[in-house]
Amino acid sequence: MEKIPIIKVGDTLLVSIQTDLQDQVAMTMQTDLLGRIEQTSARGVIIDISVVDIVDSFLGRVLSDTASMARIMNAVVVVVGIQPSVAITLVELGLELKQIPTALNVERGLQLLRERIAWEDHAVADGAESRELGREEERARNGHG
Amino acid sequence: MVTVSRATRLSISNEVDLVRARQEVRVQAQALGFSLVDQTRITTAVSELIRNMMKYAGGGTMEIEGVRNGVRIGLRIICHDKGPGIPDIGLAMKEGYSTSNGLGYGLPGTKRLVDEFDIWSEVGKGTRVTISKWR
Repeated sequence: MEKIPIIKVGDTLLVSIQTDLQDQVAMTMQTDLLGRIEQTSARGVIIDISVVDIVDSFLGRVLSDTASMARIMNAVVVVVGIQPSVAITLVELGLELKQIPTALNVERGLQLLRERIAWEDHAVADGAESRELGREEERARNGHG
Repeated sequence: MVTVSRATRLSISNEVDLVRARQEVRVQAQALGFSLVDQTRITTAVSELIRNMMKYAGGGTMEIEGVRNGVRIGLRIICHDKGPGIPDIGLAMKEGYSTSNGLGYGLPGTKRLVDEFDIWSEVGKGTRVTISKWR
């Protein structure tokens, strides 16, 4: 059975789907990708589907599940390269992939990843800072009490 | 409505057949001059119907033929299985209804992708869905 290659570019993993996917290949891609996220501590993943000419409910679900699973592993997945005909068909079918961040192409996808990851790191840093402030206030109160 | 090309019949039992069926539909839609968007609509509709066929009946057959109605050229596809059948077609055609893991796009979504959608089903005998798309 064929395998979808996963390429590491800096701290990002790039998955380029080049064929009319058999279901089992899509499922293997999902497992392989989660394994590579663990191995490489990647924070960002780009799944390029620009040469995929149909996305049905099965593949749509695999993509959105993969994004959710990667999310739990602290990685952001962006799906890029959805063809206009695929976008039209997905909406008409009722499968809008709302929960998956998407971008027009790999370049925009990388940009979106950088923004998301920076925003998340910022939010985490803010959280740590306010927790630190909280402890200081507590120490101050204890000192006065 | 008259047939303009000889019907192609494929038997479907696994996901390799599914990929082959999609490719066959795409090739025929292309040959009849359908736009890229329509090719994608028809191919996706077929993919959904075959998935249903595999899930509920373990497989079946797909027939595909070019048709003509006056000056209009179209593609007609029949997906037929000898599975358990659908007890309540009205319910199966209802938006958001699904008996398996809550997908619920199935039949109503598929219907939106084509111009004509006809479903016949009898419990214990099977299901036949006929779809057509006109150019």
